[in-house]
Amino acid sequence: MTDVLAVQTKRRSRLRISKQLRTPLALTGGVIVAFWLLVAVFAPLIRPFDPLAQDFDRLQAPSAAHWFGTDQVGRDVLSRVISGAQVSIPLALMLVIFAMLIGSVLGAIAGYFGKALDETIMRIADLVFAFPTIILAMVIAASLGPSLTNAVIAMLIVSWPAYARVTRSLVLGARNAEYVVAGRLLGNGPFTSLSKDVLPNVVSPVVVLATLDVGTAILLLSGLSFLGLGAVPPTPDWGAMVSDGVQNFSSWWIAAFPGLAILTVVLAFNFLGDALRDALDPRSQEAVQGRAL
Amino acid sequence: MPESSKTALTKSARAGLHPLARYLGIRLGLTVLLMFGVTLVTFTLTNLVPADPVQAALGEQAAADPAIVAQFRENAGLDKPLPVQYVTYVTNLLHGDLGTSQQTRGAVADELGRAFPATAELALTAIVISIVIGVGLGMWAALKRRTITDQMIRVVSLIGISVPSFWLALVVYFVFFSQLHWFPGSGRLSPAAIPPPTVTGLFTVDSLLAGQVDTFLDAVAHLILPASVLALYTIGLLTRFARSAILEVLDLDFVRAARAKGLPGRVVVTRYVLRGALVPIITVLGVAFGSLLSGTVLVEKVYSWHGLGEYAYSAATKLDLPAIMGVGLVVGFVYIGLNFLVDVLYGFIDPRVRVA
Repeated sequence: MTDVLAVQTKRRSRLRISKQLRTPLALTGGVIVAFWLLVAVFAPLIRPFDPLAQDFDRLQAPSAAHWFGTDQVGRDVLSRVISGAQVSIPLALMLVIFAMLIGSVLGAIAGYFGKALDETIMRIADLVFAFPTIILAMVIAASLGPSLTNAVIAMLIVSWPAYARVTRSLVLGARNAEYVVAGRLLGNGPFTSLSKDVLPNVVSPVVVLATLDVGTAILLLSGLSFLGLGAVPPTPDWGAMVSDGVQNFSSWWIAAFPGLAILTVVLAFNFLGDALRDALDPRSQEAVQGRAL
Repeated sequence: MPESSKTALTKSARAGLHPLARYLGIRLGLTVLLMFGVTLVTFTLTNLVPADPVQAALGEQAAADPAIVAQFRENAGLDKPLPVQYVTYVTNLLHGDLGTSQQTRGAVADELGRAFPATAELALTAIVISIVIGVGLGMWAALKRRTITDQMIRVVSLIGISVPSFWLALVVYFVFFSQLHWFPGSGRLSPAAIPPPTVTGLFTVDSLLAGQVDTFLDAVAHLILPASVLALYTIGLLTRFARSAILEVLDLDFVRAARAKGLPGRVVVTRYVLRGALVPIITVLGVAFGSLLSGTVLVEKVYSWHGLGEYAYSAATKLDLPAIMGVGLVVGFVYIGLNFLVDVLYGFIDPRVRVA
């Protein structure tokens, strides 16, 4: 008995250290995300040139005038990378929010009402899971025709089922809890019951999933643009810019900088999501208590 | 839980089936159903979604000629009701007819058949690299949990899942081939090398079977860069997953008991912890393989790797719809098949699965 106690206190002390160690990661993520959000908002003010103007000599290496060089038609790469933030980040955020809303509403309906509704919704979700994500998104985007809007529609179709599955299982767990049943007996309709009694159980895991999904969404969107199924030229999209780099291989700067932009944004969102997951995970809630003690 | 497993047991006993056989039967049924679902998806996307399916199938030039269009509509049965069209579509699929590529005018099925072994070789190499490094790192992180090492591994795995693979492919190609010349750049073999006689279609295996050591080494050298680029994402995925799976097992009584009776740490880790964590790790392999198949679409082009990925890339950039649908169908089938294999493996390793 005392051994168990000793083990527990020992673990608590380790957890306390981990909590302090973990913060820098979340902080780094937060700072980078904030940086890119600012870049996206103030892009028209901070970019040195027009991202679409083909004003310069083609394929210039990075220099004092053009920090990131110029591309194959003489556009300033730095200005295009800055403008790219206005394309990828808002679209990814919007996509994740819509996927979360659609997925969790459908998942809640499936979990709460069960039966035929549940079967129908979840079998459709299974179909989406029958494909690797990019493959299905690619197939859908291709048949809709290449455009940013269609790429986002394709991504919505492949993204909502993850939220539906998580929400459904959480709702299933909460549906028969005594306080939910008590609410129903007091005369709450199914929608009041869902929104007032069940929903609070669902929110935090779904939000964690969404935060982790922003990075994935940016990767997916830039992947589709890389395949020519997302942003249409001359839109300054990071994925499409890397694709330009494939064609102009010796001019490494064309692809290098937009790729770094993708990497830093995605990494930052993943740092944040990871920290958030730890904070909401029951096992690390023990850590929070450990610190309070 | 005991109640339901009991009823499941009596039911299967009544049916006279071994529980494992019953489990596999159900899995197989679901797999076949899902495959039909996949054909439904590609059918819908081929025939209903495109604004003009005829033009999508024929390409712009041919679609401008009314005679060709009329001929095509009749041949393809586009004048018939949708359910009939779907039956025709599935019948064609069962006969191995995936349509004709607009770009090459070749049969999509043949082209995919030629491309498949290249991707299989690449993906298998990448999954082996991912399992070795991913599970290794995950275990290291779990054993050193809540230390600097654990944090470093966490950052590495987060970087792994954050790097855009199509960009990394370019960077790695530029650095290790163009600048350093450490590895061969593109293709599956050097131009001078003689491809081994085809047995499996995997150059590494075939060259060994034929006893061509030089060709084998050449094929391996060509595999290293693209396979490593592909593996990075799955390494990130597997590291995180293996870490949490191993952490779960580390706290269990049988591990504590093994420690308590004085077994050396290495034995405890390999024989007890790793074996206990194996089941959850295996379940994630299906997903990992799926992301590898996705990755090939973005990576193969850079390395002129003539596989499914490069085929999909050129089909996508040229909007060759029949070819894209062919890739979707084949990859969907392979993915479902792999997940079935994972289920089978799972059923054999974990007896609890068979009755639940």
